[in-house]
Amino acid sequence: MKRAGFTTRWLPILLLLPQLAVIIVFFYWPAAQAVQSSFYLEDPFGFGSTFVGLDNYTYLAQSAEYAKIARFTLVFTILVTFFSLGLALLLAVKADKVIRGAKSYRTLLMWVYAVAPPVAGFIGLLMFNQSWGPLTELAKSFGWDFALGVNSTDTAAAMVLVSVWKQVPVNFIFFLSGLQSIPKSVREAALIDCSSAMRRFWDVTFPLLAPTGFFLLIINITYALFDTFGIVDVLVKGEPGNNPLTLVYKVYVDGFRGNDMGGSSAQSVVLMVLVLALTVVQFRLVERRIHYT
Amino acid sequence: MTDITPNQPPLAKRSLKWSTVMDHTVLILGSLFLLVPLLMVLQTTSTPDLETIKNGPGLAIGDQLDDNFMAAMFKASGFSGENTGMRMLMNSMILGIGFAIGKIVLGMMAAYALVYFRLRFATFAFWLIFTTLLLPLEVRILPSYEIAQKLGLLNTYTGLIVPLIASATATFFFRQYFRSIPEELVEAARIDGAGPVKFFIDILVPLSQTMIAAMFIIMFVYGWNQYLWPTMVTTDEDMYTLVRGIKQLTQDLEGTSIPEYGRANMLALIAILPPVLIVIFFQSWFVKGLTESDK
Amino acid sequence: MAQVTLNNIRKVYPNGNEAVEPLSFSIADGEFVVLVGPSGCGKSTLLRMVAGLEDISEGTLSIGDRNVNHVDPAERDIAMVFQNYALYPHMTVRKNIGYGLKNRKIPASEIEEKVQEAAKMLDLSQYLERKPSQLSGGQRQRVAMGRAVVRDPALFLFDEPLSNLDAKLRHQMRIEIKALQRRLGVTSIYVTHDQVEAMTMADRIIVLNSGRIEQIGTPAEIYHRPASTFVASFMGAPPMNLIEAQIKDGRVVIGGETPVASASGQGPVTMGIRPEDVEIGPTCDIPFTIDIVEELGAHRLLHGKLDGQDFTIHISKDTEAVAGPIRISINPEAVVLFDTKTGIAL
Repeated sequence: MKRAGFTTRWLPILLLLPQLAVIIVFFYWPAAQAVQSSFYLEDPFGFGSTFVGLDNYTYLAQSAEYAKIARFTLVFTILVTFFSLGLALLLAVKADKVIRGAKSYRTLLMWVYAVAPPVAGFIGLLMFNQSWGPLTELAKSFGWDFALGVNSTDTAAAMVLVSVWKQVPVNFIFFLSGLQSIPKSVREAALIDCSSAMRRFWDVTFPLLAPTGFFLLIINITYALFDTFGIVDVLVKGEPGNNPLTLVYKVYVDGFRGNDMGGSSAQSVVLMVLVLALTVVQFRLVERRIHYT
Repeated sequence: MTDITPNQPPLAKRSLKWSTVMDHTVLILGSLFLLVPLLMVLQTTSTPDLETIKNGPGLAIGDQLDDNFMAAMFKASGFSGENTGMRMLMNSMILGIGFAIGKIVLGMMAAYALVYFRLRFATFAFWLIFTTLLLPLEVRILPSYEIAQKLGLLNTYTGLIVPLIASATATFFFRQYFRSIPEELVEAARIDGAGPVKFFIDILVPLSQTMIAAMFIIMFVYGWNQYLWPTMVTTDEDMYTLVRGIKQLTQDLEGTSIPEYGRANMLALIAILPPVLIVIFFQSWFVKGLTESDK
Repeated sequence: MAQVTLNNIRKVYPNGNEAVEPLSFSIADGEFVVLVGPSGCGKSTLLRMVAGLEDISEGTLSIGDRNVNHVDPAERDIAMVFQNYALYPHMTVRKNIGYGLKNRKIPASEIEEKVQEAAKMLDLSQYLERKPSQLSGGQRQRVAMGRAVVRDPALFLFDEPLSNLDAKLRHQMRIEIKALQRRLGVTSIYVTHDQVEAMTMADRIIVLNSGRIEQIGTPAEIYHRPASTFVASFMGAPPMNLIEAQIKDGRVVIGGETPVASASGQGPVTMGIRPEDVEIGPTCDIPFTIDIVEELGAHRLLHGKLDGQDFTIHISKDTEAVAGPIRISINPEAVVLFDTKTGIAL
């Protein structure tokens, strides 16, 4: 709040009302309902529901299928986060170094930011087309008989690749602007203190970039967990079958297709807890960031 | 000393050049990695479908662009004949623009109330609003669907847009921005006799122009690219957006003996282009808006 | 035009922090009063209470004959110039100056006339169509002044208006503001932490320290007869020398022997003397050691030790001095004595 805030009473309430209304109806209500129905077993034909306590959760905890999906999601998230951050950092460092053309490269590298995840998945399908996909051909030339949708490792590889492809631009934009906000004087001081470019990067640039990196880490984990839904859905062509799935996709499949509201809600709640934990970590890191600036 | 100096410049120049070449090589490879798939899609929209089915994407630019464009825009995919590219483009526009405007209007109003007023329950409202940043729509998707159903919002634009607005990202951006505006400005305005409404309209809104523009771009792209929620809430084909229609395209390609790659890829391109063009054209605003979010 | 009266004005923040202790003073019609003090002394809070931007916790404030405690800032008939100018960045100079008038529903033709007049007075006529970002620091300052002048207020409030300018411009604007105030004859309250501004601009200075008034007086009174050691060391550059001394048999004695002035009482005392009220010469009676000679062109400052305590002497450019022992004498007329414990002038 500003020092000299206005004191009008009704106006701020009127201003807040639309936002609060939308949030209450479409955020708090559904969130509460998710928690509530995770304790119930709903009849698949819509004839009422029974309170089952923690049954839905214990079922999840014992489900081998759920454990498998959770494990896959973990590996998927690590791979996507690592590669999209690493690649973006490499490109950003290079773009920051070239004096001429940095902006042109930024323009070229930004395109994919605006591509919707399912469209990215669609392009992935094209690239990995069984009979003539350029990437299938490429894999074949290395002796890898790539079969998207048939071999689950191959499908997973395609998911990771497409997800990384889609995420590199965002990370690149953040890393580049993080690099460009490092004061020139600090770089010049480093230039005088240390002759090796490699050492300068790891000793000076990288620590100064760490706040941006932490922020992006959380963003990327959230991306891999949730926003890749469209990529997964299109790459598996809407058919879960034997394909690797992520946790969010499972929530959707069980709830929307399988009509298992209770189970799906319990999964939602597990995801909520996961996101909340991530957010707590993020806030901790944000606190640490302050100390740099 | 004088003997050494003449030797140095060429040496430095040579090593500099070498690393510059490396830098550009990496950047060009990166750009290719990101852009070649898009160019391949573009290429297949210009060649006859039979060509694509036989050989996949190639180098030749064909003459089918017009035909494929017309087919993409005016031929329907589904049973109802309603979801032409034209119709989906319109729905996407409505979703993108409606979402962006809704976010910005609600966000600015709420942020204004939180930053510029002495409000007794300000802290409570703040937490109520900003908790929404914690949980993405995906984790509460099914109950949200049920509520939309209860309220009779399935297959309506309201149902498509409003539930997506139920998070405080824009409010958060605007709050940060308003707090960065010097306090003396509102004080000067108060001495100049401007009340809260006047200050908002005469000073704050014009002052936030760049921020509003950046926000619009980010939110438009975000709304346009929504997939899961539109998939759930719209089942009538005439309500499909381009991105929502993508899955149907893949199914079309599976089912037929001569898949219409030209038309399908053209539709994918049409789904990609508007947000891409906005992002590229308004690059500096967009980057500013995006990167300032983490401060 | 108006007289301003503050009666037992106090400011306590909700967290219990007392920014301004109850204080009272009044400002005569057309007078230029400067509130000066270190940062955090409450001077800005006081000004903002007068402006109506901050609630008054206790006491009464009147401008003219009117109690304005609960009057909206826009209705107080005041104008304020802010430290960062607070110009509306998206408006032209013309709109910036005219905005307050427009809100008062004054007809456009009259606004235009007044804006033109103010612009002419402030040398802004050719910049009226520019935005603040296209102006230099000094020009922005003048626009802020124009915004104040055009309202034709009963009271001008200045909140450190020159602290964002470079030294040369600050000097020039100081003179301009003072001249303008003289010409318009508007009562003014001016807040600054810069004692030079206070000395050169004020009719009367109010020195504030941690929410209390240390002294109210004309610049000359404040400079020559500081009411406390705080005022003595805050006003003047270099500040007044403060030396621990003794009163013995009606004389002020430094270092147990040399008497410098006469005084009543007995025991320890703090003696204040301005650096320019000291003379040097072989015939003088007090020994002094110069550590450093600071050459300032127009004059010189000699920094050294008197009876083991830091001491500064101001000499003219025609007097030579080198580091080492010399002899000095102190003008007894210029000596100010303070209670060593309380720091209050005796």
